[in-house]
Amino acid sequence: MATGNIATPRSEVKSPGFWQRTKDTRSAYMYVLPAGIVMTIITLYPLLFQVYMSFTDYGLTNLRRNAAAPNWVGLDNFTNIVTGDTLTNLIPNWDFFRILTFNLWWALSNVVFHVVLGVLIAVLLNVEGLWFKKIYRAIYILPVVIPAIIIATVWKKIFDTTDGPINNVMAGIFGIFGVPAASFQIPWLDNNQPIYGPLPLAYFALLTANIWLGWPLNSVVATGALQSIPKDLYEAAVVDGATGRQQFFNITVPMLRAPMLPFAIFGFITTFNLFALSYFMSEGNPYGKTELLVTQAYKLVNVNKLFGLAAAFSIYMFFILLVITLLTNRLAKFTASAD
Amino acid sequence: MAAQTTIAKGKATSATQARMKVSAGRPLPLGRQLLYQALCIFIALTVLFPIMWVVSQSFTSPDKPKIRGFLPEYGISLDAYATVLDKPTRNPVTFLELTFNSLKLSLSTSFFSVFLGVLAAYAFSRFKFPGRGFLFLAILAVLMLPSVATLVPLFTTLNQFRTGDTGDDFNLRNSLWGVGLAIVSGLLPFAVYNLKGYLDTIPKDLEEAASIDGANRNQVFFKVILPLATPALATTALFGFMGGWTEFYFSWQFLTNPKDFTLAMALSQMTGQYARTTPWSQFAAFAILVALPVSIVYLALQRYIVSGLTAGGVKS
Repeated sequence: MATGNIATPRSEVKSPGFWQRTKDTRSAYMYVLPAGIVMTIITLYPLLFQVYMSFTDYGLTNLRRNAAAPNWVGLDNFTNIVTGDTLTNLIPNWDFFRILTFNLWWALSNVVFHVVLGVLIAVLLNVEGLWFKKIYRAIYILPVVIPAIIIATVWKKIFDTTDGPINNVMAGIFGIFGVPAASFQIPWLDNNQPIYGPLPLAYFALLTANIWLGWPLNSVVATGALQSIPKDLYEAAVVDGATGRQQFFNITVPMLRAPMLPFAIFGFITTFNLFALSYFMSEGNPYGKTELLVTQAYKLVNVNKLFGLAAAFSIYMFFILLVITLLTNRLAKFTASAD
Repeated sequence: MAAQTTIAKGKATSATQARMKVSAGRPLPLGRQLLYQALCIFIALTVLFPIMWVVSQSFTSPDKPKIRGFLPEYGISLDAYATVLDKPTRNPVTFLELTFNSLKLSLSTSFFSVFLGVLAAYAFSRFKFPGRGFLFLAILAVLMLPSVATLVPLFTTLNQFRTGDTGDDFNLRNSLWGVGLAIVSGLLPFAVYNLKGYLDTIPKDLEEAASIDGANRNQVFFKVILPLATPALATTALFGFMGGWTEFYFSWQFLTNPKDFTLAMALSQMTGQYARTTPWSQFAAFAILVALPVSIVYLALQRYIVSGLTAGGVKS
């Protein structure tokens, strides 16, 4: 039934049947299937189960084999979390909105430092003719490969009231000026620390540790982005008489925005959910002021064993993160199209 | 016109030429080189000082863990390492067994998250199929949900797969397989997202050229795409490895047999809520031993990781 001219490929001699036409779709499904199956069982199902749990008072007693099914409590968990009525007996210092606002401020302030430092250091390392670049790059990435729990515990010790290097070094420096060493026993991470305004001292300790942890990755991404900025732009600017600072603000910063913004958003979400530092370093002290949503959820599960409540809490977290992601995506698109 | 410009920018021109000289590839003037070097060294010191502190602490003796400056107060001793290697935890399990379990866990989570992830990422990147947008959105949504509260559902789900209820029977939940699955459930969404981003930057012409040469879909995938995606695969593999190596949360909740315990679990026992006082010498020694393999793997893959992280964000 050969029709058409010689140039027609053989597969188009007959009109393709259903099996032939859906070949691509079937291939696609074959590729997605393995991941899809695994994710359905161990990701999707637990999530759906969590939704179910959030409407019940699931607790330790329901976990045993052949245990009774938990009681349905409807929206009680959700309202309790926000109002904190029945919870202040079980969990001291419960204040959902304090945790939320601190979490947001924590993520925001960290990301600002991470990106700014990351970009500046990337620019520094990108200077032509700088010696030992490779060595510095290898050193600067080290914080990322150390397990988080080690980082948190070590920094906790560094900010220790009596033995910590931070206090000791400051005592040493100011000791030269005659200030007594005892005034530098600053209780960075203890519960009984002085609280100035909304941000406790522990926040600054956590901030320092997290900045140490966060700028290297931003620096790596910024380096890649920097190296893709065409040199002609800089040469043209130089010919026009632009100073170094003008070059930075008028060429470097705008060109960096495209790759850095998605990474900054990713950094925001990662910092938002950063468990190890807040849990192991400050443990939420003082009095829950450095508690994050994740650490509170962890405590609900592990310490209080209130699984239903924890599930409801997680659902709140999910929607909060969803809103944040949508907002930041909207912001990214807006600034991109404004160029 | 040119003459006017030169007159108007008389002074600027010579400074301009000086700047162009520097940016044209000539070496930095020594003064600035030293200044930048000093800056870089200062930054390196801030990065290294907690690490140096841990290293130094690990060389102290458990009963005398004091450090002055950056050196142990009472001289260097390998006691901490000896103690940790001999009896890492209160449980009857040796250091080698812990390491072996950790290795099994991290290598398999790394491999499976990369393998399954790249297959799915390829489909999302190259195929147009019904449900594509929805599924990818679902994956993104899962990425945002922290795994903390998935403990109970995972516990009960994995518990279903068991041959019996006695201690000798196999229980998926009470095994490294179960823990591995729990870890992969968290790693997969990130792997798919990351790999799709990278695969999107590989030009389609290469695949088309290959299929014109007669390769079918699978051959194109394995022989053309996979080799090109090596940087992203290396990055995802490393993150998968680190995830498995450092995971202690699910391991703690799921495993009851000490022979299955991992290094990360033993480390977490020494600190945090459950340790009244942290034994600093042993902790530091253990921390070095736990962090070392990951650092070595990272340094070996460093080339790929840098290009894997940067390529996605750069417009070619």
